[in-house]
Amino acid sequence: MSIVAKGLNKTFDGGKTYALKGVNLEIGQGEFIAIIGLSGAGKSTFLRAINGTNSPGTGTLNVLGQEVNLLEGRALVPLRKQIGFIFQQFNLVKSLSVLQNVLVGRIAYSPLWRVMLGRFAPEDRALAKRALDSVGLEGRYHEIARNLSGGQQQRVAIARALVQQPKIILADEPMASLDPKLSEVVIQILEKINREQNITVIVNIHVLSLAKKYAKRMIAFRRGEVVFDGTPAELTEAKIDEIYHMDNKMMEEA
Amino acid sequence: MSEKKALALPPPKPFHWTQILAIFILLLLGTLSYWAAIATEFSPTRLVEGWPHMKDFLSRMWPPDMTILPKVWAETLLTIQLAWVSTVICAFISVPMGFLAARNVMKNNWIRGAVIFVLNADRAIDALILALFFVSAVGLGPFPGMLALAIHSVGMLGKLFADAIEAIDPGPVEALESAGAGKLATIRWAIWPQVAPHFISFFLFRFELNVRAAVVLGLVGAGGIGFILTQYMRLFQYQKVATVILVILVLVMFVDFFSSKLRRAVL
Repeated sequence: MSIVAKGLNKTFDGGKTYALKGVNLEIGQGEFIAIIGLSGAGKSTFLRAINGTNSPGTGTLNVLGQEVNLLEGRALVPLRKQIGFIFQQFNLVKSLSVLQNVLVGRIAYSPLWRVMLGRFAPEDRALAKRALDSVGLEGRYHEIARNLSGGQQQRVAIARALVQQPKIILADEPMASLDPKLSEVVIQILEKINREQNITVIVNIHVLSLAKKYAKRMIAFRRGEVVFDGTPAELTEAKIDEIYHMDNKMMEEA
Repeated sequence: MSEKKALALPPPKPFHWTQILAIFILLLLGTLSYWAAIATEFSPTRLVEGWPHMKDFLSRMWPPDMTILPKVWAETLLTIQLAWVSTVICAFISVPMGFLAARNVMKNNWIRGAVIFVLNADRAIDALILALFFVSAVGLGPFPGMLALAIHSVGMLGKLFADAIEAIDPGPVEALESAGAGKLATIRWAIWPQVAPHFISFFLFRFELNVRAAVVLGLVGAGGIGFILTQYMRLFQYQKVATVILVILVLVMFVDFFSSKLRRAVL
């Protein structure tokens, strides 16, 4: 098992509001999962609990055999180096080259002197170039990240996650700042990574059509609770209405 | 009937209270300025009476004595060297101080608060005052002046560095932390590339200020071009004074020009 959550709760506003409520999930190694739901339903909170960015609160969350709840600070490093994270805003260092942006994914695997002097090992550089080739950025190694298009920047970010040689890749709305055509390229790359390298991929996604097209399993959150967990075929119109229904209170908050 | 009504002037408005307040504040400021002017013995008549003396002074400066130029250049070089070394030393202290004073790097509020306090206190003490202190410690010459300038500049440079660090895009920091990078690696790869151009720009700006401050420190004995200016003044060699003033003018304009060019190039 890649990830096992049992009775996971997370509250904010001093316990009044649930970000995650009684989440029970088992995710196997090599699954491709799309997480859907309204914004604020708990999708991001769940992803950020998995790599320990958010403390998951109460309940248990086992990731790659480690109890995330019990890890703090430097103790999270061995777990985090095995988890690639892809962000909506790419989070590249815009003034650095494409290759440098990918190499930072090797930091947790490199001795400190190499990191501080920027002398990454030759095998790390080769790995970074291969990762860039695999996302379709051959020969673009020395361009400055700022000069790339949004879709290309997101592919650099995917390459950065790949050089971690991760067991899990978490992607938080990776297509939300791209136009529809580029969005599909990004999810195709993620699907290929999942298929060829047996990496567990969990994607938070707001475009339902893409989620249904590529994911083998879909999980829906609503107000912090899991309200659907199944194949795209099992996701009926009635279920979709339930997931995305906005009541008056939500309208006010939106 | 209606026409007549339209022509009638509206009744004068009474003063609004904000207008009365504005007049009161103006009167108050005027009184305070007058009071301060008396304390400084401000006297236009003395200025007018002094005009022939000024004319005399200026005429004695003309023409500037260019024979001393080689000596003035040597002293100018010392002033620039003093400014440069003090700025470099200041930068070495200011970079770590800047990181310790930045909210997004130093999470411990006690340490951060202490560093910010030191920077603020340092800014409040002028280089001249620090120079007096260092003269008593290491004796006269350029060295105490250099030390004073280096220490005094940390207050400003450290604060500017900290502000630049706090203004970065937090995205790359988040990305590196989630990939398991430690604090130093995050500073090196997520923060440093974003702030380095700003640091260089602030460094050059501080160098500019330090050149001017080094001239003034020379006046009180730290050597360099300021020092020979006072020497010639004491000896009433006004034509040499004129040369030195001209060189100072050229020096300051030259440094300002190139520093601002360079700063535009890095940002």
